[in-house]
Amino acid sequence: MLKTEFKNNILTAYIDGEIDHDSAAKIRTRIDGAAQSFKPRLLCLDFSKVTFMDSSGVGLVMGRYRQIKLLGGALRVINIPDSMYKIFAMSGIESLGVLR
Amino acid sequence: MNTVNEMSLSFLSKSCNEAFARSVVAAFVMNLDPTINELSDIKTAVSEAVTNSIVHGYKRSSGIIYIKGKITDENKVIIKIRDKGCGIEDIKKAMEPLFTTAPEEERAGLGFAVMQSFCDKVKVKSTVNKGTTITLEKTISVQND
Repeated sequence: MLKTEFKNNILTAYIDGEIDHDSAAKIRTRIDGAAQSFKPRLLCLDFSKVTFMDSSGVGLVMGRYRQIKLLGGALRVINIPDSMYKIFAMSGIESLGVLR
Repeated sequence: MNTVNEMSLSFLSKSCNEAFARSVVAAFVMNLDPTINELSDIKTAVSEAVTNSIVHGYKRSSGIIYIKGKITDENKVIIKIRDKGCGIEDIKKAMEPLFTTAPEEERAGLGFAVMQSFCDKVKVKSTVNKGTTITLEKTISVQND
């Protein structure tokens, strides 16, 4: 479901599988735990292995954006599969400038 | 418009059943040979409706969610998702993008907006303290190959 890596002050979370209301709760606990202990300069969410996402994925990104800001870091979301871009585009989250 | 196939399903309002529900609906629609995008659209819309029933309809209580699926001879898929939960007081408000009553759960308030943009038609019927029925309609394109 999730693998994290901390290198050069960057915490990368590789999310694997489906993001829905059920899995998002578990993913966010894991990411927030790692972010709390490493206090990274940058939190990077890698979506390359995400196979399905509903609007819970948008909630997950917005929530991590707030969390990492509180810890003094920044957020970046990378490798978003084309099929999932539609929901991100609808959400207006693009204006945060975190999607790559 | 004749019905060519039907199915019905009921399950407990547990969040682990969100994946179960959208997978069953996807399997039901497979007969129509949908494109990957069409299938993903239907799965996403069903996931939003079922999540709404669990998070808002039944809140912290437990109940049963009913899904009825229908396929017509015009390649139209009709999916009804029904709960016997608290109902929606103001449907118009609930359907506004970014409106949510559960920000602490990191709900983005996009459920209805996603259903509307991923389906051809979305109908909402709701009675306070009786429950909510969402009807999703989507016509699957015929592929000539």
